[in-house]
Amino acid sequence: MNKSDISTQFVVIGERTNVAGSALFCRLITDGNYEEALSVALSQVEGGAQIIDVNMDDALIDGVAAMTRFLNLISSEPDIARVPIMIDSSRWEILMAGLKCVQGKAIVNSISLKDGEAPFLEKARHIKRFGAATVVMAFDEVGQADTIERKFDICARAYALLTNEADFPPADIIFDPNVFPVATGIDEHDDYALNFIEATRQIREKLPHAHVTGGISNVSFSFRGNNRVREAMHSVFLYHAVRAGLTMGIVNAGQLAVYSEIPDELRERVEDVIFNRRPDATERLLAIAEEHKGSPEEKEREKLAWREQPVEKRLEYALVKGISEFAEADAEEAYQKMGKALTVIEGPLMAGMDRVGALFGSGQMFLPQVVKSARVMKQAVAVLLPYLESSGEGSARSRAKIVMATVKGDVHDIGKNIVGVVLQCNNFEVINLGVMVPARDILAKAQEIGADMIGLSGLITPSLDEMVNVATEMETQGLQLPILIGGATTSKLHTALKIDPAYSGPVIHVLDAGRAVKVVSALVDTKSRSGFVEERSQEYDEVRRRYKARDRTSNMVSIEEARKNAEFIEWQDYVPPKPTFLGLRSFADYDLAELRERIDWTPFFRTWELKGNYPKILEDAKQGPAARALFDDANSFLDQIIEEEWLVAKAAIGFWRAAADGDDVVLYSPDKSDKPLARLPLLRQQMRKREGRPNYCVADFVAPKATGIDDYLGGFVVTTGIGCAQKAAEFEARNDDYSSILVKALADRLAEAFAERMHERVRRELWGYAPDESLTNAEIIREKYDGIRPAPGYPAMPDHDLKRRLFDLLEAEKTTSVSLTESYAMLPAASVSGFYFSHPRSHYFGIGRIGMDQVEDYARRSGISVEAAKSLLRPNLPIETD
Amino acid sequence: MRYVICSGCGPAVRLREIERIVERKKTLEAFKKAAADRILLLDGAMGTAVQNLQLKEADYRGDRFSKHPEDLKGNADILNLVRPEAIRVIHDSYLEAGADIIETNTFNATSISQADYGTASLAHEINLEGARIGRQAVDHFNNLTPDRPRFLAGSMGPTNKTLSLSPDVERPEYRAVTFDEVEASYKEAAAGLVDGGVDFLLIETIFDTLNAKAAIAGVQELETERDIEIPVMLSLTVTDLSGRTLSGQTVEAFWNSVRHARPLAIGVNCAFGAQDLRPFVKELSRLADCLLVAFPNAGLPDELGQYTEPPVETAAELGEWARSRLVNIVGGCCGTTPAHIRAIGEAINGAAPRIPAASQQTLRLSGLEAVSIGQ
Repeated sequence: MNKSDISTQFVVIGERTNVAGSALFCRLITDGNYEEALSVALSQVEGGAQIIDVNMDDALIDGVAAMTRFLNLISSEPDIARVPIMIDSSRWEILMAGLKCVQGKAIVNSISLKDGEAPFLEKARHIKRFGAATVVMAFDEVGQADTIERKFDICARAYALLTNEADFPPADIIFDPNVFPVATGIDEHDDYALNFIEATRQIREKLPHAHVTGGISNVSFSFRGNNRVREAMHSVFLYHAVRAGLTMGIVNAGQLAVYSEIPDELRERVEDVIFNRRPDATERLLAIAEEHKGSPEEKEREKLAWREQPVEKRLEYALVKGISEFAEADAEEAYQKMGKALTVIEGPLMAGMDRVGALFGSGQMFLPQVVKSARVMKQAVAVLLPYLESSGEGSARSRAKIVMATVKGDVHDIGKNIVGVVLQCNNFEVINLGVMVPARDILAKAQEIGADMIGLSGLITPSLDEMVNVATEMETQGLQLPILIGGATTSKLHTALKIDPAYSGPVIHVLDAGRAVKVVSALVDTKSRSGFVEERSQEYDEVRRRYKARDRTSNMVSIEEARKNAEFIEWQDYVPPKPTFLGLRSFADYDLAELRERIDWTPFFRTWELKGNYPKILEDAKQGPAARALFDDANSFLDQIIEEEWLVAKAAIGFWRAAADGDDVVLYSPDKSDKPLARLPLLRQQMRKREGRPNYCVADFVAPKATGIDDYLGGFVVTTGIGCAQKAAEFEARNDDYSSILVKALADRLAEAFAERMHERVRRELWGYAPDESLTNAEIIREKYDGIRPAPGYPAMPDHDLKRRLFDLLEAEKTTSVSLTESYAMLPAASVSGFYFSHPRSHYFGIGRIGMDQVEDYARRSGISVEAAKSLLRPNLPIETD
Repeated sequence: MRYVICSGCGPAVRLREIERIVERKKTLEAFKKAAADRILLLDGAMGTAVQNLQLKEADYRGDRFSKHPEDLKGNADILNLVRPEAIRVIHDSYLEAGADIIETNTFNATSISQADYGTASLAHEINLEGARIGRQAVDHFNNLTPDRPRFLAGSMGPTNKTLSLSPDVERPEYRAVTFDEVEASYKEAAAGLVDGGVDFLLIETIFDTLNAKAAIAGVQELETERDIEIPVMLSLTVTDLSGRTLSGQTVEAFWNSVRHARPLAIGVNCAFGAQDLRPFVKELSRLADCLLVAFPNAGLPDELGQYTEPPVETAAELGEWARSRLVNIVGGCCGTTPAHIRAIGEAINGAAPRIPAASQQTLRLSGLEAVSIGQ
């Protein structure tokens, strides 16, 4: 006996890759998202399916094409392809298409005598030619069999035909004697389960070598919505059917209760139903079904059990599990019991938070869970604070005080808030000053409260300069507090080269929340501090040394040379599409429900430091539970955001006649006058390119003035952030940082979705150059369309000042209520802006390093001083080191 | 098998057909009897032998294809049309070395493989002529020693396209060819081979089981169309020492996938030398309820791509297989010569043939791995 024979008592057939049975899978296939559809198949196999059933029968799906594509894709995934495929369809051409894709020995599901003997045998011969086994339904010219006799007779007749007439190997015949629902309230249905089991027994006894299969979950169909009872019914039904000879079944392997662990009463009543043992079996099962509804009893018991523990244990448990429901009551009870607020905080609350910190540190808890734990902590502490103050006990001792702020000109704070919460979980006191905080306010607060360190955050590139400014200011005042630097635009390189030299105290670049805890802990520990600071200092020395040693001139070309190597676009035979209107259009109160469908979830999970792609991450072995809980919370928030109108979405877009003039794009007013409306100075790549690779500039995607061709440029500002700050503040007032961060993160996602949706509408209707485009959300995320929408301040057009010009052109502040800070950050933060380019050859790229020759040229073109241009373009210039 | 004489449609023609059918049946009986008595000897490499002729482009073209737009050098199969005598000499050399079975020079003669040379339309003819050359050689030797019948296997290689893999890593769902095209191409080749008189077909060097399944379907289609029985042998090749095919299947998964062909023999060829091939031969030997065929390369190629394993070594290994009763038919693949075949023949002389595994009524499914569901 070989290994593969051992566990074959009952073979589990995975049921989720079935468009008729799984709404998720159906949506993935209709959306063309085969990559994720494959992950459904993979999770089946990993979850224990020994065969996977694949079904593409849906009116809206081209079944032959979908079956072919999906099975071909499976062939390239060894982790899925290792198991046999059950090709499932009611249509013969889909079954045949499937058989032509699988190298293994597959099972066809199914054929029957429904249309008589001749077509049945004809199909069987075809299947045999492919070497496949086949499921034969107990279905004949009269209909589907429901009695034991009919089931067996049809199977016996099919067996005789197959083995005698078609020379079909009997072991390759798998009968499906029809699993029908029981406990439907209709008396004739009461014997259905029993009939299946009995028919199975007879088939296995009297039809040598043939096998039996069934669609197990059908039996419990009338208990939809009550998984607890359904799982028990499947388990009981299988237990008896397997004993009668059932070989395999289509079943959700993850959703099977263990027969012996089903509570006696439930099992008995389920068996009464399965075997139709008493006339009131259905009523009796229904009677107890309500009790067993919802989560499985084990969880129920556990749920109750923790509430029975002493209050100290309950607080600790609630912290670790992030359950805020009882936080306030339990804190109150603990205070009454222990007598001192401080004892409660430093006792059970700290114990719980220590465990959270340890679990997070060792990778067993994830960020969203930690932030939920922090919510419990804050809410419990809020109850205790008045007692602390009135008793004069003094506040709880924290390990250190940290002032945190998003620097002046910048409005982004999600990441910073997360870091703040995680630090609080580790018993650091965090004073979060919010966004757009000037240097002097940060310093004043730090001195006022005697802070132990300062954390600075920023997302846009001008914030880097502001951080240097804060550091310089601190140096002037003679401070020595450590500065922590974080945020998407910051880097170890910039910290080492620009911020660290400006300040004689410690400056530490911190990558994420997990590392923030380690860094802050090292800095407050008197033993480790000097060593840690010395190490960082040496590290930055090394970064500086290597940076200076790098030769940055040899791989650059002059701006003249770069322009000679511009991307060549043949304009002669090209007619640029004309937008349906010229000038401006605004959208007030855009439908958020429409945007919800367009959300790209992967960056949302990344915000919460859950690493992986959506929706795969929901099934991730380690992060899955945290990701699913977060995803559920996010969706219920989205329901409220939409229904209760927490957020308002607005947009402004415009199209203008445009022509390239060197590296500028000149815009003209809609009336045919040649008077320029605006001139957009743009940048060109200056790195030395390989033969045949152009030095890109987005101006190359617009027809040059000299061609005389009419071309166009578009622009947009969209926001979904109106109302967000207010909602977040409401949550913060309730000590609910989790919800505050969640609503901000969702507003960000909706803004990106809005930009994506608006771009799609621009392509399809407003500019209208791709009216027939039909892309799935996944394809849109992968940018499989013509035209681009680059944003000022991002790699293809890094000059933030273009944003000012764009806002002016669109009159965006007026129509969208979005404003720009002095650092060109958009406020509210959940906003996106950019330009539309339509040319099919247009694409995204990064400008990268530019030379001083281009800076000077740029200053001339923009009408600003070279110094001002240097300041605007600093991120693209070599960092000046002293 | 049914053969009914229909008075209305040319009794003479019908009679000749019946004679052929009876003849084929007799041959098959003789083959089975021979295989029951002893281990049979298959021939060695054809490709290597053709290379040794050191033919030039003009030799491959001959007069007939002097104007052919594409280079033909390297198209060994087309030599059936332009240099039949050269192929005959190679067949004779193996028969003289003691081979019981020779393979036609048609490894690449499917329309799909011939498309590389712009000669897809010649596929039927190349197979037909290849079979005729082999038939003449076998008949010649059978006339000399009628008591020891030799047999002709129609060689069908894997084609140069694959149904289970995409040639474009960016588009894993893409296939360069369809199942129906592969099936039709094999059917056409098989028809040529049968028309030219092969005794059975050898679908060999299988690296993609789906290609092999298309070949089997094509042959079965031909059987139905002609109302004859065409025995097949199947031989896979494994691509690494883990014993998987190029398309990723284990040996057992492969067996489960192609059992429905009810092959005359199943086996392994090419891949590497005999020593490394042994575990997979053993695995198939354990599973297969039909004859077992094995024809390894002459060791592994050296840095220059030359096979240098001397006949005595190949023969020693195959002799051991024979004594371990693992095989029914042995021969050689790349790099083997008549000297190898002669040596192998001596090494297996007197060894009893393997007894096929018992047939089992088991549901034997497979993906890349086997799942067998017992009683």
